Amino acid sequence: MRVNGKGLVDRNSPLSFTFDGRRVEAFRGDTVASALLAAGERLVGRSFKYHRPRGVMGAGSEEANALITVGSGAARDPNVRATVQEVFHGLETTSQNRWPSLDFDLLAVNDLAAPFLGAGFYYKTFMWPRKFWERLYEPVIRRAAGLGALSREHNPDRYEKAFAFCDLLVIGAGPAGLMAALTAGRAGADVILADEDAVMGGRLNGETLEVDGRPGADWAAAVVAELASMDNVRLMPRTTVTGAYDQGTYGALERVAHHLEDRGDRPLECFWRIVAKRAILCAGAIERPVAFRNNDRPGIMTASAVRTYLNRYGVAAGRTVTVFANNDDAHRTASDLVAAGVHVAAVIDSRDDAPDSADFPVIKGAQVCDAAGRKGLENITFRTALGEDKIQTDLLAVSGGWNPTVHLTCHMSGRPTWDPTIAAFVPTPGSVPGLTVAGAANGAFSTHEALQQGMAEAKAALSDLGVKPAGVDLPRAEDGEYEISPLWSVPGKGRAWLDFQNDVTVKDVVQAAAENFRSVEHMKRYTTQGMSPDQGKNSNIGALAVLADATGRGIPETGTTTYRPPFSPVSIAAMGAGVQGAGFAPQRFTTSHVASVGHGAPMIEAGLWYRPSYFPAPGETTWRQSCDREVNMVRNTVGICDVSTLGKIDIQGKDAGVFLDFVYTNTFSTLPVGKARYGLMLREDGFVMDDGTSARLGENHYVMTTTTAAAGPVMRHLDYVHQCLVPDLDVSFISVTEQWAQFAVAGPKSRDLLNALVDETVEDTTWPFMGCAPVTVQGVKGRLFRISFSGEHAYEIAVPSRYGDSLFRLLLARAEAMGGGAYGMEALNVLRIEKGFITHAEIHGRVTAFDVGLGRMVSQKKDCIGKTMSERPGLSGEDREMLVGLKPVGPVKQITAGAHLFEKDADPVRVNEQGYTTSVGFSPTLESYLGLAFLRNGRARHGEEVKVVDHLRGITARCVVCDPVFFDPEGGRMRG
Amino acid sequence: MRFSGLRVLKEGLTGNKGWAAHWRDATPKPEYDAVIIGGGGHGLSTAYYLARNHGMTNIAVLEKGYLGGGNVGRNTTIVRANYFLQGNSEFYSHSLNLWEGLEEDLNYNVMHSQRGLINLFHSDGQRDAFARRGNMMLNQGDDAILLDRDGVRKHLPYLDFEQTRFPIYGGLYHPRGGTARHDAVAWGYARGASDRGVDLIQNCEVTGIDIEGGVVKGVQTTRGPIRAKKVGIVVAGRSGQVAAMAGRRLPIESHVLQAFVTEGLKPVIDHVISFGMGHFYISQSDKGGLVFGGDLDFYASYAQRGNLPMKEHVMEAGMTLMPMIGKARVLRSWGGIMDMTPDGSPIIDRMEGVDGLFIDCGWNYGGFKAVPASGWCMAHLMATGQPHEVAAKFRMDRFRTGVGLMDEEGTGSQHNLH
Amino acid sequence: MRLTCPQCGERDRREFYYVGDAVALERPAPDAGDEAWEAYVHLRDNPAGETRDLWYHEAGCGAWLVVTRNTVTHAVLDVVLASDVKGGGA
Repeated sequence: MRVNGKGLVDRNSPLSFTFDGRRVEAFRGDTVASALLAAGERLVGRSFKYHRPRGVMGAGSEEANALITVGSGAARDPNVRATVQEVFHGLETTSQNRWPSLDFDLLAVNDLAAPFLGAGFYYKTFMWPRKFWERLYEPVIRRAAGLGALSREHNPDRYEKAFAFCDLLVIGAGPAGLMAALTAGRAGADVILADEDAVMGGRLNGETLEVDGRPGADWAAAVVAELASMDNVRLMPRTTVTGAYDQGTYGALERVAHHLEDRGDRPLECFWRIVAKRAILCAGAIERPVAFRNNDRPGIMTASAVRTYLNRYGVAAGRTVTVFANNDDAHRTASDLVAAGVHVAAVIDSRDDAPDSADFPVIKGAQVCDAAGRKGLENITFRTALGEDKIQTDLLAVSGGWNPTVHLTCHMSGRPTWDPTIAAFVPTPGSVPGLTVAGAANGAFSTHEALQQGMAEAKAALSDLGVKPAGVDLPRAEDGEYEISPLWSVPGKGRAWLDFQNDVTVKDVVQAAAENFRSVEHMKRYTTQGMSPDQGKNSNIGALAVLADATGRGIPETGTTTYRPPFSPVSIAAMGAGVQGAGFAPQRFTTSHVASVGHGAPMIEAGLWYRPSYFPAPGETTWRQSCDREVNMVRNTVGICDVSTLGKIDIQGKDAGVFLDFVYTNTFSTLPVGKARYGLMLREDGFVMDDGTSARLGENHYVMTTTTAAAGPVMRHLDYVHQCLVPDLDVSFISVTEQWAQFAVAGPKSRDLLNALVDETVEDTTWPFMGCAPVTVQGVKGRLFRISFSGEHAYEIAVPSRYGDSLFRLLLARAEAMGGGAYGMEALNVLRIEKGFITHAEIHGRVTAFDVGLGRMVSQKKDCIGKTMSERPGLSGEDREMLVGLKPVGPVKQITAGAHLFEKDADPVRVNEQGYTTSVGFSPTLESYLGLAFLRNGRARHGEEVKVVDHLRGITARCVVCDPVFFDPEGGRMRG
Repeated sequence: MRFSGLRVLKEGLTGNKGWAAHWRDATPKPEYDAVIIGGGGHGLSTAYYLARNHGMTNIAVLEKGYLGGGNVGRNTTIVRANYFLQGNSEFYSHSLNLWEGLEEDLNYNVMHSQRGLINLFHSDGQRDAFARRGNMMLNQGDDAILLDRDGVRKHLPYLDFEQTRFPIYGGLYHPRGGTARHDAVAWGYARGASDRGVDLIQNCEVTGIDIEGGVVKGVQTTRGPIRAKKVGIVVAGRSGQVAAMAGRRLPIESHVLQAFVTEGLKPVIDHVISFGMGHFYISQSDKGGLVFGGDLDFYASYAQRGNLPMKEHVMEAGMTLMPMIGKARVLRSWGGIMDMTPDGSPIIDRMEGVDGLFIDCGWNYGGFKAVPASGWCMAHLMATGQPHEVAAKFRMDRFRTGVGLMDEEGTGSQHNLH
Repeated sequence: MRLTCPQCGERDRREFYYVGDAVALERPAPDAGDEAWEAYVHLRDNPAGETRDLWYHEAGCGAWLVVTRNTVTHAVLDVVLASDVKGGGA
């Protein structure tokens, strides 16, 4: 029911939205909750377990009852707090966790079965028969549980993430926060003021209190306007600071466009990482309910929420209101209602010495002990020393006192301190470095105290920051005492709710204690108290008071559970923004990418890079046809392959050779200028880290090649070795992977191709096997290496990247003219398997130099990284699995990678396992499948027949063990 | 008290007044045949199996906080047996077998749910590595199925098969993999041990280990000295500090691993799923929350909390794989202390040079699923002095000798990379 | 989490790579024996409290850094260049 003349909503902007398909009238500035209350909608949701009818309970993000689904289709957004969602014209909302309808929910039958569904009942049953858990019990439980539903479609909305930096972050824009921001802002500090509400002002917007002689909301609006005019202040409304992290980092969620009918190009949400030199928490406090029988009825709300709906939204949430409280603060609810012309039946105060009022009856020393009205409150029963009585009422405003919003102060392992004077936990100073607390969040509940503390903490922060304060006067405001007498639960029969969302009652907590779940953590985990969407913001303190009582301990001794981020829930889409489609990782493209795609090559991921899989020729319909052709092409004519993705590290300095001797197992200081050498690199634990060729370009100048996968790790490793182990060496290096485009030119006609292209004469004297020298390609200076990963007479030619595309096209044209062409990763893989060359499929991190037959490459004349640990007994010897080749010899001609090896007559079970295949390909050269494998003591077993079993793919092949070099073992083609 | 559906019914009809404590809170006796330091999943299961399998009931579990307050109560609840190296393979297989009979054995519903686990792969190379793994699972007698892209689509139609960065090639399906209700595992073992006479002592921190002449004599605690003929250290992330009381350094570095849960949602994810191109794994709890996690924060930490970069990375991985979870809201995030070893595999061994002192540690971040077999094997070792055959390779000296290293990730001796 | 690189200033944790205990700087001589190598490569003090560990400013200047840090509070107490700790001239 709207109350004329009240509220900050814009009465000139009427609009309408739908709830469960019904049209609801509202004004701009309403939330879904305020509009539903104005429309007299009392039933808005169903509880988690018992499917109890529920109405709006509060007016903030901690709402436990009024969770709704917003929108429909792929963008459907479940579990939205109706108290936070601002209305816009055409907004579509639905209730959730009910079937078939909110009004008639079949699962409400659970409420009748409640005696059997108490705390932890599921740990004691559903065990028999065993198979029924997955087949029956669990599916039923799962379907009944949960709240809203995801759409099961890809999230269609856009989200962003951003960084922000400031001197002072003020969290919360109530009186304390506004005063803090004003104090720091006027002093010129770089300030961010973040508040989860759409309208800054905090409680001032929900109260009739005055600041500096005018309505609090007006004062707040004026301060906000002044702050908005300052260049050094950034206002962030609709922004919840969700977590406090190390070194002054805060997470914050900005709800950018949830309130807009037309979002334009705005993201829906933005997740901020705010780095602040200082922060002041001014997050206010949350009013807590009191547990009594049926205290979860629709129409029972917190007393402050009733005031907020009245004063901010101009809505009377009921026609005949009763207030139930244990503190003075709640009496203001009655005063405000009466002043607005709403009937107040009574204020029921548990204190014998509660203050009187001329405007409404106060029943002292009384407690509400029951509430009736299943889908909307009809009456309450209260108890005094004289007995029980009923009041007909459709709205009960409850206040059990206030809990300071200490959450952020506990995110870095801090624990709050019990303050008996306000019967609440307050922040423990110093819990988060750089963060202080002001106002209600600090347990200072009067407006005066909030303003005063906000100003004082801002001045302290300015002093830390070395900023001179400017003149700010402390405004006048009420400074009432907060009188409270603790009341957590009203004794009596029936169920009294603590955690409304999860349906945890006082009985559950008492039962948990009886079952020895006496630690507050045990109680929480056993009953699920505080594990619901509000994370216990409404109920944890009450529950632990009940537990303390049940276990005969005090509240401080019982202690709290741990406060964890986020303060209020954050969508996965916001924290994971920017990755849908191709955004998850950077994409690296070679200079030949466009030309390769132009040739129809499917590009596949190779780490962050894309490389061509194969280059289909006209008429080819399978990758194997292309691959076989490309292999034959390299073996018989000439093939071109972009190898730029391999890591390239330029190494210079007079100690460059010595340095390489230390990082490689073999020696590079003796390498002649103009030659390249294959090098093997170990980790310090003695296993193979990487391999590649390094070339000596000058006396003090090398260029190292790494595998594609290890380019980053090797660079990091070199930096480590240099800076941390041998900083005295005169050597410098830098990654030049992206500076050079490099192409393999491989095959018997490779020399002919190059001679027709480069200025120099390419012959055995100028470019012997493993030779390297500068080269000129049509005026461009490059490098030519005579190295081979295919086993053919081959070269790699490198030019600065900006010439990569043209060189690739040129090479390709020349090669095609000679009957050759480009080859892709598939052919490259077959070529290297034929030659027994290893990749990271073989050197997978568990392999030693000994295993791959390169034990002799570990020089005995010098130390190197990994040498000592490689000499551990377990890293060599006949128990090791060693690299071998495999060729099928039985009726099954196919072998697969990832198959396991067994003796030929052994059962294929774990205890008999002897090794496994790593790389497999069909060799068109040898017209056979070939496999590289590791086999226990494999080098001594060449010629033996083994069983190769791939259970997964149902392939068992008999293979003969052989040397891993299948083709041209003498290397004549490569060297010749 | 025996738990059953009938009992729940009877108690429900009589006001639920008959429920008894799930375990006794014991006060420390001056002497025990054995004490277990650490009342987490592994410590409680060790005590349970010492009593159940070896008849050792004059034993105590000493817990500095509350039972099950460590990693057993702060993990992503995944239970699987999908290892591929000898040593791990037989151990986790044994563990899964124990899981399958656990509820019956403990008379406690730990909600072990064999809903199936699918590890996705995104390249031919990954497929081959998963094939090796799946074949080893089958060698061991466990189950594995290699799914191609369409096979994955049949099980998980909601994944983003169109996302172009790391397309889904297929998955390794482990139908017996699944989840369990983590806290209940600790409570079930606690109840089982307590019923068999084991003393469970909470709020009792061990402050020293008494060793005389190379023989363990007992422990010092915040509740006084306790003599014991055998002492087992089963303290996960705190292993370094407790071993130091015996003058030992361990091959362990403790790291923080974060985990996340969303608000409750109607059933949407029916399996356990892991992404192959960024560490991310997810399942949906019976309560409806999406439970997920990723990599370590990668720096040594005892804070039991992490920072934003890994949180964001985990959620990014989730969003690239299954953008349908975007609107799910993360309700809570937390951290556990992971005892990372140089090969990523655990240690169940005697403490060399101290008779009667044993250690069970180094579970990296795979400790939860190991709880049954870890307790089983640690109990066997403590009772008989001999390693159990399925844990015979979990020796401490493998790092020194290099014999029998089990580096499933292939990342070597840098502790945080496993 | 933020670290202050001596060369680049205060930066977000995501620019850095962590490797482990700063014992990694104290490489034993090749013939130092099993125990020394075991201690270097595998064994860790793993303190709950102040520790020195080794980080790499990978997305920054490429410097290896020795960070004095508290593993319980995550307070960063000191950051110096590893090459300075080693006393090298590079």
